Amino acid sequence: MLLIRCPYCGERPETEFHCGGEAHIARPDTPADISDADWGSFLYTRTNPKGLHAERWLHAHGCGRWFNALRDTVSDAFVTTYEMGTPRPDPISETAKA
Amino acid sequence: MRRFSLTSLLKEAASGHQGWKRQWRAPEPKKEYDVVIVGGGGHGLATAYYLATVHGVTKVAVLEKGWIGGGNTGRNTTIVRSNYLFDESAALYEHAMKLWEGLSQELNYNVMFSQRGVLMLVHNHHDVISFKRHVYANRLNGIDNEWLTPEECKEFCPPLSISPDLRYPVLGGALQRRGGTARHDAVAWGYARGADARGVDIIQNCEVLGLRRTSDGAVAGVETSRGFIGAKRVGVVAAGHTGVVMSRFGLKMPVESVPLQALVSEPVKPVFPCVVMSNAVHAYISQSDKGELVIGAGTDQYVSYSQQGGIQIVSHTLDAICELFPQFTRMRMLRSWGGIVDVTPDRSPILGKTPIPGLFVNCGWGTGGFKATPGSGHVFAHTLATGEPHPINAPFSLDRFRTGRLIDEAAAAAVAH
Repeated sequence: MLLIRCPYCGERPETEFHCGGEAHIARPDTPADISDADWGSFLYTRTNPKGLHAERWLHAHGCGRWFNALRDTVSDAFVTTYEMGTPRPDPISETAKA
Repeated sequence: MRRFSLTSLLKEAASGHQGWKRQWRAPEPKKEYDVVIVGGGGHGLATAYYLATVHGVTKVAVLEKGWIGGGNTGRNTTIVRSNYLFDESAALYEHAMKLWEGLSQELNYNVMFSQRGVLMLVHNHHDVISFKRHVYANRLNGIDNEWLTPEECKEFCPPLSISPDLRYPVLGGALQRRGGTARHDAVAWGYARGADARGVDIIQNCEVLGLRRTSDGAVAGVETSRGFIGAKRVGVVAAGHTGVVMSRFGLKMPVESVPLQALVSEPVKPVFPCVVMSNAVHAYISQSDKGELVIGAGTDQYVSYSQQGGIQIVSHTLDAICELFPQFTRMRMLRSWGGIVDVTPDRSPILGKTPIPGLFVNCGWGTGGFKATPGSGHVFAHTLATGEPHPINAPFSLDRFRTGRLIDEAAAAAVAH
C-alpha cells in the first residue's frame, strides 16, 4: 500500500484515495468538429509510460479534494503533487529543490 | 524434434535419464526473417508455432527480452474457460477452448489441461439475472454453461460454504464443465519446442529497441539489443509492455498497464476439486497438481510496471476466500507476486493491423489472456501470414476505438476475467 501526501491533509494511506487516471487530458471544446480519430484518441489513448506519470488523485476519504501528482510507475514513488489546473512541473527542478 | 512416448521414457529410464537433450536451440539472430514476433510468452510462441504448422511460414524469429514464458505466462492462475457473453468474445475464446482440448496431443507435450470445471458464484439478485443471461447467451453460441442452485454448487464443490449467514450468501452459480486449468509453463515450452523443431528461431535476452521503416513507411525490421534484424512483417505480442514497445515505434495505444496479483498457499493434499470464481466478492481459487491453492487477486487502481501490488488487494481477496471456504482460514500463504497486464477500455483484446504497414499487434488481454493462448496464436498467425485478420479476430481491431464499435466485456464482467 502506498503512502500518499495529500497537499491539503498530509500523508495518508492509499486506501483513502481514488486514482483518477492520466492528468492533463483536455476535453475538446467542440467535439462535433473534430475527427473520429481525434475523439477516439481523447477517449481512449493513454500515455501509459514506464517512468514519470502525471495523474489525478482524489482524497475521497479525507478532504474530498482533487489534486495532480507525478509518480514513477516503476518504483511507484510519488515525486511531487500539485494543484489541478496548473501545468505539469519539471521533475528535474523539483528533485533539485528537494 | 524427438517425440516423447512411453518407449522414449523407458529407454531414457534405462540410462538414468542422462540422455535427454535440450528442447529448443539458442540460435544467433539471422540478418532477416519473414516475420519477427516481439515477445516470447505463450501468445507469441503459439503465433510462431501456428505460422510454421498452419501457414508454412518458417523464416520466423521470436524475440524475447528475458526468457521465454518468464512474464505473465508464468504468473497467471492458469484458468481456462470460454463462457463469454458477446458473440465476438465467445467465438474467440471458444476457438481457444477447442484447441486446448487437443493441445497435448498436437504438441506431443503434456500441458496438463484438466477440464475440472469452472464455477462462477453469484451473490446478489442482479448477478443472478446477469449470469443466467450469460448461460443462455453461451448456449445460443454452442458453449456449455449451466445454472446451479446453491445446493448444487455445494455438491459440485464441497469446501464451499453456502450458509445464509455469509456476508454475501451464495445465491447460485454458473458452471462451465469444460473449463479448468492447464500448466502454464508447459504451454510456453510445448509451443517453443514445436516451433523450434520447424525452424523458428527463439532468441532470448534480445530486447527490441525500435522500428526501422522503408522510405514508403513500411516495416523494414527492428533495432534490438543484439543489433538490427530485418523483417517483412512484425507482430508485437508484449503483454503489459506492449505500450512501451509501441511507444518506441512511435505509436500510442489505448491500453494502460497495471499490476495484477496472485498468490499460492503451502501445498496440501487434494482438497479442492474445481475452479471457483466470484466476481462480486473478488476471489478465484483452484488447487494445483503440486497441492498449492492458487488464488487470484485484483488489479491496482493506478498505472504501474512495478510487478508488485498493494497488500490491501491481496488481503481483500483472502477475506473473501476465508468467508467462502472456512476450512482455509488457518492455511499459510507461501508466496505472492504481481504481473503487469495491459488493460483496454472495453476489456477486450486488440488483435490486428496498426497504422504502420507490416506492423501488427496482439495485446490488451488484460487480466485474462492465458485461457486464450492457443486461439490467440492461431488467429494472429493467420493475420501475420496473410496480412489480413482471421474472421474471428476481425472485430478485435485497433480501429474499433475510432469507430466506436467496442466489445464491451468490461460491462459484461466488470472485473478480472
